[in-house]
Amino acid sequence: MIRFTDVSVTYDGAPAPTLRGVDLDIPEGELVLVVGPTGSGKSTLLKALNGLVPHFTGGTLAGRVEVAGRDTATQPPRELADAVGYVAQDPQHGFVTDTVEDELAYTMESLAVPPDVMRRRVEETLDLLGIADLRGRPLRDLSGGEQQRVAIGAVLTAQPRILVLDEPTSALDPQGAEEVLAAIQRLVHDLGLTVVMSEHRLERVVQFADRVLLMRPDGRVADHADPAAAMHTSLLAPAVVELGRWAGWDPLPLSIRDARRRAAPLRSRLAQITPDPVEDVAAARADVPDTSAALERVSVIRSGTPVLRDVSLTVSAGDIVALMGRNGAGKSTLLSLLAGQRPADRGRVTVVGHDPVSLSGSDLVRRVGFIPQEAGDLLWAESVEQECRAADSDTGAQPGTAWGIFHDLRPEVSPGTHPGDLSEGTRLALALSVILAGDPDVLLLDEPTRGLDYCAKEQLAGLLRARAFSGRAIVLATHDVELVAQVCTRMVLLADGDVVLDTDARSGAVSSPAFAPQVAKVMAPLPLLTVSEVRDAFPQGLPAEVVV
Amino acid sequence: MTPAPRLLHPGAWWLWALGLATAAARTTNPLLLLLIAAVAGLVVTERRVPGPWSRSYAAFLKFGLLVIAIRVALEFVFGGNGLGTVAVELPSVPLPPWLAGLTLGGAITWDGLLAALFEGMRLAVILICVGAANSLVNPSRLLRLVPAALYEAGVAVVVCMTLAPVLITDLDRLRRARRLRGRSTRGPRAWAEMAMPAFSGALDRSVTLAASMDSRGYGRAGDQPPRVRHINTALVLGGLLGVLIGLYGLLTGGGPDSPGAGVFGWPMVIVGAALAAGGSVLAGRRVTRTRYRPDPWRAPEWLVALSGLVPAAVFIGLGADPALLGPSSPPAWPALPLLPAAAVLVAALPAVVAPRIPSSAAPRPKARAVEVAA
Repeated sequence: MIRFTDVSVTYDGAPAPTLRGVDLDIPEGELVLVVGPTGSGKSTLLKALNGLVPHFTGGTLAGRVEVAGRDTATQPPRELADAVGYVAQDPQHGFVTDTVEDELAYTMESLAVPPDVMRRRVEETLDLLGIADLRGRPLRDLSGGEQQRVAIGAVLTAQPRILVLDEPTSALDPQGAEEVLAAIQRLVHDLGLTVVMSEHRLERVVQFADRVLLMRPDGRVADHADPAAAMHTSLLAPAVVELGRWAGWDPLPLSIRDARRRAAPLRSRLAQITPDPVEDVAAARADVPDTSAALERVSVIRSGTPVLRDVSLTVSAGDIVALMGRNGAGKSTLLSLLAGQRPADRGRVTVVGHDPVSLSGSDLVRRVGFIPQEAGDLLWAESVEQECRAADSDTGAQPGTAWGIFHDLRPEVSPGTHPGDLSEGTRLALALSVILAGDPDVLLLDEPTRGLDYCAKEQLAGLLRARAFSGRAIVLATHDVELVAQVCTRMVLLADGDVVLDTDARSGAVSSPAFAPQVAKVMAPLPLLTVSEVRDAFPQGLPAEVVV
Repeated sequence: MTPAPRLLHPGAWWLWALGLATAAARTTNPLLLLLIAAVAGLVVTERRVPGPWSRSYAAFLKFGLLVIAIRVALEFVFGGNGLGTVAVELPSVPLPPWLAGLTLGGAITWDGLLAALFEGMRLAVILICVGAANSLVNPSRLLRLVPAALYEAGVAVVVCMTLAPVLITDLDRLRRARRLRGRSTRGPRAWAEMAMPAFSGALDRSVTLAASMDSRGYGRAGDQPPRVRHINTALVLGGLLGVLIGLYGLLTGGGPDSPGAGVFGWPMVIVGAALAAGGSVLAGRRVTRTRYRPDPWRAPEWLVALSGLVPAAVFIGLGADPALLGPSSPPAWPALPLLPAAAVLVAALPAVVAPRIPSSAAPRPKARAVEVAA
């Protein structure tokens, strides 16, 4: 179905090829997962599948790419639209029309499908993706998962044999991701479509893959027909795979079910030695319960609908609070209140004794730092160096503070780089450095792990822990249960504007499968959340009798 | 009686708006101009579509005020000819002889200022009519009316137009982000520093959109030979150009003082329209695109379009009637002529007779899109 023969891609002005000597032969009906760190050429590989590389992006493609028997050298993307459906990373930016139905029809209109056939295919596609009740709705009102499914449906109506998806669930909350993945599975199993997708959140998809393509740093691609074998050498791996690697299981488990079956002896051994409760950062500093930020009976009403109702919350110095809940539950609103971006309609908001709305300039940045979802919004200078210098002068910090923080995080980035050219993870690192130059008492982050690979996430976790340890408070809104398990001390669950749960992160994570990280699900009922906690339970290494 | 809720044919709204704009172009009577702007505003409040576009009317209104201010300011700089009642005596700057006819400063007259004000108002109201059309029809629906041969140019225009509201939302986000870094969000420096990221963001987005459209078959050649396509495009483009020139002739001319209106008026419109139609028919013979649920044209469409064309017809028919002119020389309180005013009021009919916007196209009460989109 897809054949690459010695394909190399070099963008204009790039020092080295992004893809180098790639040979692939993918048969029909497979779900192929492309795995690699940010900036490793995943998107380039996917775009080469429908000719966007090089017809649209520029650059030079050497070798031969054949999809569904057609050569992309002679056929530009628009001519391949009936063979390959391509859905880009941010579906809402690729929408051409306004409503769901029109969007589904758009591709068919371009392909000159007769109107009666169009009507039929729109109906089929609505049902296939479970979006029939959305048909007349404006696209911008849809949730992320709904938008993604509409974007998939919009290319499916052309009846392509190959579907290419760039990070279809990375930006979605768990429910949205679930809906999208269920739809993709149905397409592979019921229609026999060949699906090629990339994804950062491997834990969501790796167990469904038939084949894994590992992107190597030098631009080569390793083709593994067995996903479990691929995970042995992958630079990025979800927690169950990490656990399996440590425990020496072979083949590696890819799903919770696989891992749970293999872990039975390990669990019973762990239950005997009852691991010491892992030292809690919050408990260690229980003697300094300074209140850093507080909401007292706060309500926010937006166009007649309450977004937050009567919410009270206290954040102490040293706390790392995870704000969880569905999209639209009020997480972002709560953060924007603490950041002083909007006043509360009722109730009182204080950050280190001040109303954040009344603060401005360096008074604000020294008390509260906020990294919005689009971290790049905070950046506007022409170079990383300028950005850091501006941050030092805005916050009144010692010259060189921001650059020092950034250089520790990303030593490889040169000061002259334009912030717009940075990868998502690096841009977040720069935004953090710029904000942390002011050493704010309270740090707020909105979905910080969106679009981060495991390495970047690990680094973020380290940084957050260090800040909490030095007595600063952190509040982060997130769907990422693994991050919560790694760093958070408290978990606050919002539902429809109400606080429905406020507990310490460990008991929160163990209490419900919805908030449990992978290791907790494998180790239940033992209260272990991360691979390192399991590892620490065996200071002498893994005893021989539990290795299966 | 109001018909069942549905979205009106985009062409109907644009004909209505262009009719009003035509009327505005033919008058400098401030009372009539204000009446036209008010009628457009009334219809917009009653029938605007949800979404960022619904604010176009207000945006164009502000833009119109700016135009008036600029026009009057220009009068202060260049308008000092001393013909009429002098308002201010400004020092006059002599200009070199090759700029004869232009004066800087000098005696600024009430007559000149009023004329400038009325001309500025005319331009502003034309803009407001375009803004009203944008509030009533989402520009991407307009795209469906573009003839197949011009489809690609049409998409380019629509993409440009979608950039504007995106830019406004982006600027709002960037402004809030600036505050987070402790910087002031006012003043020219703040705007200058926000402009670059906003524009590059908007550009990135349009590139994403273009990639998406390309991978979904937009602009496919299909089985049509390139030569035929180019001939069609040339026919349609040339024809539309002819129509535009003809309309320009009709709008500006008409009076006895403008010769050439005869050639550039109706004949040009008719020849142009024939060329454009011919090209469209030729292009349509080898279909490369089809249309899903074409917008119907029924009674409400006729009503809306005609109600807009009534003032246009009346104003053109009146020709150089002095009642349509703003009294600037000598300055006097303008009168409201009965027939033109009644004609403009006809254009307010769509506020009642046009179908309501269907509720499925209206935003849902719960504002969840904010978090998803952010």
